[in-house]
Amino acid sequence: MSEKKTKRRDFLFTATTAVGAVGAAAVVWPMIDQMNPDASVKALASTEVDVSTLTPGNTLTVLWRGKPVFIRRRTQEEIDEARKVKMEDLIHPEKDEDRAKNPEWLVMLGVCTHLGCVPLNDKGDYNGWFCPCHGSHYDTSGRIRKGPAPWNMEVPKYEFVNANTIKIG
Amino acid sequence: MSDHDYRPKSKVGQWFNDRLPLLTLANHLTDYPTPKNLNYWWTFGGILTFCLITQIVTGLTLAMHYIAHADMAFESVEHIMRDVNYGWLIRYIHANGASMFFLAVYIHIFRSLFYGSYKSPREIIWILGIIIYLLMMAAAFMGYVLPWGQMSFWGATVITNLFSAIPLVGEGIVTWLWGGYSVDNPTLTRFFTLHYLIPFLILGLVVLHIWALHVPGNNNPIGIDIKKPSKDTVPFHPYIVIKDGFALLMFMIVFAFFVFYAPNILGHADNYIEANPMVTPAHIVPEWYLLPFYAILRSVPDKLLGVVAMLSAILILAVLPWLDTSKIRSAVFRPLYKQFYWILVADVLILGYVGAMPAEGLYLLIARVATTYYFLHFLVILPVLGFKEKTIPIPLSITEPVLGGNPNLAMAKQKESKIE
Repeated sequence: MSEKKTKRRDFLFTATTAVGAVGAAAVVWPMIDQMNPDASVKALASTEVDVSTLTPGNTLTVLWRGKPVFIRRRTQEEIDEARKVKMEDLIHPEKDEDRAKNPEWLVMLGVCTHLGCVPLNDKGDYNGWFCPCHGSHYDTSGRIRKGPAPWNMEVPKYEFVNANTIKIG
Repeated sequence: MSDHDYRPKSKVGQWFNDRLPLLTLANHLTDYPTPKNLNYWWTFGGILTFCLITQIVTGLTLAMHYIAHADMAFESVEHIMRDVNYGWLIRYIHANGASMFFLAVYIHIFRSLFYGSYKSPREIIWILGIIIYLLMMAAAFMGYVLPWGQMSFWGATVITNLFSAIPLVGEGIVTWLWGGYSVDNPTLTRFFTLHYLIPFLILGLVVLHIWALHVPGNNNPIGIDIKKPSKDTVPFHPYIVIKDGFALLMFMIVFAFFVFYAPNILGHADNYIEANPMVTPAHIVPEWYLLPFYAILRSVPDKLLGVVAMLSAILILAVLPWLDTSKIRSAVFRPLYKQFYWILVADVLILGYVGAMPAEGLYLLIARVATTYYFLHFLVILPVLGFKEKTIPIPLSITEPVLGGNPNLAMAKQKESKIE
């Protein structure tokens, strides 16, 4: 066999394989992506909540994107307790000032960052939340203090539309 | 093998068999030489086949009445229980059938562990078995989600969240699995699809499992290689068919007890409350057959490492043929291994118990000790034991200990000479 012939075959082999691989990838991706959130799920991206009836020391739980959101109107003691914690005592260091821009209002996803259960209000060793599934304790700022959860409860994007209404998302 | 020379008696049979040798296959299965000393622990292969068929048949009939939609799933299951003719019976057989399936598979696995059935030349049979076991767990988990009760919903949430432990891409994978930002209708419909698919994948793997078994033939209680066919074997039919059939009947009595007298004892009352994404049940526990692995997950205080430990506990079984360095298969001739075997059985039962208990205080401590021991057994004890253990001499054939009344060759010979 001459050298020239081998080169031509190599080229055909490589080119055919490349076309086949690109084609296969182009078909596989839609099959994978169809499982991602669809347009109707994404459309439910924001929700408005009336918080006028919420008194200090109470929590409102609303559903946003299928997940509970805690809206906590904190008392002065809770705020003080959250703000005096030293950063080195935290598993996931975050300042309370960054988590609650308006200190009276704490808005966060009511989802334990361990395996996704809903933590219980006013429970646990740090007067915040306690997750009954695998025993994670959160403080009055929703920060993880003890247990298997790796992060603080997530603060979603939200804003006050007016004095009584919070828009989440 | 003799079955290659098989020729059907009738002309029609010969004509058909020349074109598709199904009759040769049937002949191979009936004549298949089986060790004559197989005990009742060997009947669980047949029992498991029965379990798989039962789950497929009852599952198909349930699917005719079930509606895979987050708003209707819970109601449709109650509809099956109250309105559909014999719906209660079919659903209770299917739900308890899952538990019976796992009961049988655990006995089957521990039988292999005791008699060393995973060792050369049967590694592929063993690995196929582990893949079947993994698929069984996936099918059971997804099936448990379908009634859309509280345990369904929160079980699905917790298990899918295990993937969020993967660095960087974890959250994206979880969203992809859910098809949304939480467990919801898209999750339910895809779980239903996969729950329907997996049993047929298992069926295919079972065929490979049995095919791989028929190459070297069955292991046996004394774990020696035997000549086939010989004085040490009996044909599968009728000897093993009758024995398997009798064991299956005994097993079905236990099965029927659960279906008719305690149909909900293995489930959780919380699953008769419709799924509520706002409230997590006070105490989430998986079904009993997953508890040992759940205990391992919770005994590690780090999220990622907990998931890694749990998966390793299952996957370590796949490399067992190479972790066990002993050439002797059966624990009958391994005095030390026999003791460690029973310690492992106790260890797994303890893990199952603490998996059902809250993860705190003494329970957590016990779970940690038991988890450590579990890995120690496979990673340290088994490899070392193969070199250190003084084993009992194995007999040359199955017939020998039966006739001599003692598995020890020398002692058997002595006895024989005394009789003379």
